[in-house]
Amino acid sequence: MADSLDAYLILAGTLFAIGTFGFLARRNAISMLMSIELMLNAVNLAIVAFGSFIPALKADGSVIALMVMAVAAAEATVGLAIVIAIYRNRKTPLVDEYDAMRR
Amino acid sequence: MRAWLYLLAAAVAGAVITTPALLVYAFAGGTVDDALFAALATLMLVSGLAVVTMRDIIRCGLAMIVCFLALAGIYVVAGAPLVAAAQVIVYIGAISVLILFAIMLTQSKDAPARLVFQTQAVPAAVAAVVLAVLIGLGVSSTDWGEASRRARLATDALAGVLFDQYVLPFEVVSVLLLAAVIGGVFIAKREREPD
Repeated sequence: MADSLDAYLILAGTLFAIGTFGFLARRNAISMLMSIELMLNAVNLAIVAFGSFIPALKADGSVIALMVMAVAAAEATVGLAIVIAIYRNRKTPLVDEYDAMRR
Repeated sequence: MRAWLYLLAAAVAGAVITTPALLVYAFAGGTVDDALFAALATLMLVSGLAVVTMRDIIRCGLAMIVCFLALAGIYVVAGAPLVAAAQVIVYIGAISVLILFAIMLTQSKDAPARLVFQTQAVPAAVAAVVLAVLIGLGVSSTDWGEASRRARLATDALAGVLFDQYVLPFEVVSVLLLAAVIGGVFIAKREREPD
């Protein structure tokens, strides 16, 4: 089980699906950001699994995973700053009450 | 009374997490690595489901920390210990703390009492299940040309590749992080009141 690439990839796909559900279904903006983090982690797991099972990749998979982590940190910083800025104006974290451009 | 309930919940959670590992180890003839993988995968999926379904958002954030920790363990099993260390430092040490701070800054007292899900929650669940099934089918029907055993990546080999072949992306990522920090501070800082 720990020695088959399919197990890792199916695990990553399941985690990605959980993140997709959270992103589509939650009302809270921060919950949606947490779901995005889950999806990024799922992709990272797939990359690390490929890097460890495909001989031609050698260390490249881990390098790409580290880059993805840095980009995810940047994304979390800017995303949470945007959520806090919107909260300061609208006094709610729920995304379906952000309707300024629909009215 | 509450303490007993918490102990009971902890016991049930421990049983749920260790059962697949014991089944794999004792009956399916797996190795210790297989048992570890099963336990960590179960912990990761259960806490991931808790992240997207729990009502109280601060508990979602704490469940997310558990999910990241289990994923770091899976990285170790997969043979990438440096990525696991970076996962603990970056995700648990930085991103989770950032998210917990943002939760504390933006939640009002009545937020958990209100509706958690959008109206499209049921179609979203169906879409997520379909996505998981499609990914599973695609993965299992593809020949990836992989080796039959996973290779453990030594940290000095990774460092050699990172600072030799990938040194330009490494520096670009540092500039990106600086830009993200400055941008985050600029966006989140309070607007000056007009005089």
